[in-house]
Amino acid sequence: MTTRAAAAPAAESTMSGARVGVVTFPGTLDDRDAARAVRLAGGEAVTLWHADADLRGVDAVVLPGGFSYGDYLRAGAISRFAPVMGELVDAAKGGLPVLGICNGFQVLTEAHLLPGSMIKNDHRTFLCREQVLAVENADTAWTRDYEQGERITIPLKNQDGQYVADERTLDELEGEGRVVFRYEGWNPNGSRRDIAGITNAEGNVVGLMPHPEHAVEAGFGPDAPEGPRRGVDGLRFFTSVLRSLIR
Amino acid sequence: MGRVVVDVMPKPEILDPQGKAVAAALPRLGFHGFTGVRQGKRFELEVDGEVTDEVLAQVREAASTLLSNPVIEDVVRVARAEEHDGAAAEAVSA
Repeated sequence: MTTRAAAAPAAESTMSGARVGVVTFPGTLDDRDAARAVRLAGGEAVTLWHADADLRGVDAVVLPGGFSYGDYLRAGAISRFAPVMGELVDAAKGGLPVLGICNGFQVLTEAHLLPGSMIKNDHRTFLCREQVLAVENADTAWTRDYEQGERITIPLKNQDGQYVADERTLDELEGEGRVVFRYEGWNPNGSRRDIAGITNAEGNVVGLMPHPEHAVEAGFGPDAPEGPRRGVDGLRFFTSVLRSLIR
Repeated sequence: MGRVVVDVMPKPEILDPQGKAVAAALPRLGFHGFTGVRQGKRFELEVDGEVTDEVLAQVREAASTLLSNPVIEDVVRVARAEEHDGAAAEAVSA
């Protein structure tokens, strides 16, 4: 019984049978890692295809990272009009939990599910590093298993990672507690007010630039106090949503 | 065949990293006296036949929905290529 208790979040959610869709666009890179993260958290990963206007009855959706449509026009600008996005936008407005990671975050802003936009990093170069984030809202569908104010480390890798929005929008986000993650220690891309991730007013749609799905299994994650590459700080995104679905 | 030109520029208050990179390269190549560079996008949309007012209205709508993101960009021009951009349009179609 003690072993079961230790593995509580994952074991509990396996029984929920929750199905989490992962969308693949042309040029998506991290869909398989995202699906693996869902499975490691105890959920069932369901493959969703950009050209099918069908969410296959999933309980939540992850828009993974990559360079959909080669980032042509603007990052996420063409994907946002993909057939799968029509149903997704309606479902998200109806409360479906949606997580946009990196390019997925860019798609969510282009689809107007989240405010603001991403432009090129202020230093104009691609950046790949292990990034410390402060969890500023542990009450969204995707962050419930974190503590408010907790510091987590997950990979960050992008070229268009600079979050921008007008001052009024930024004030609104701050005032309503919708800044979910802030870069800690160093702002890696010039994002306004160190913002790394935000949520919608309802807390079901979350977008962030860093990659939780790359920090879900010891041996393949960022360096951690427990040892090199043993960081699994990203896993609780996925246990959080499974727990939200059980409720 | 008609052609409509759409110019999109990053909003003035938004940092333009590409423009900054170009501005930094100019003096290295001996081009002096330029105090700033902003880099935008130019689209050329072709239609069969005349560019009617309906076509222009459609392009304006496409410009504000797909071709630009109003959070970071402004549509600074939507125009018939023949009227305002004759030389460029001819060069392209030659």
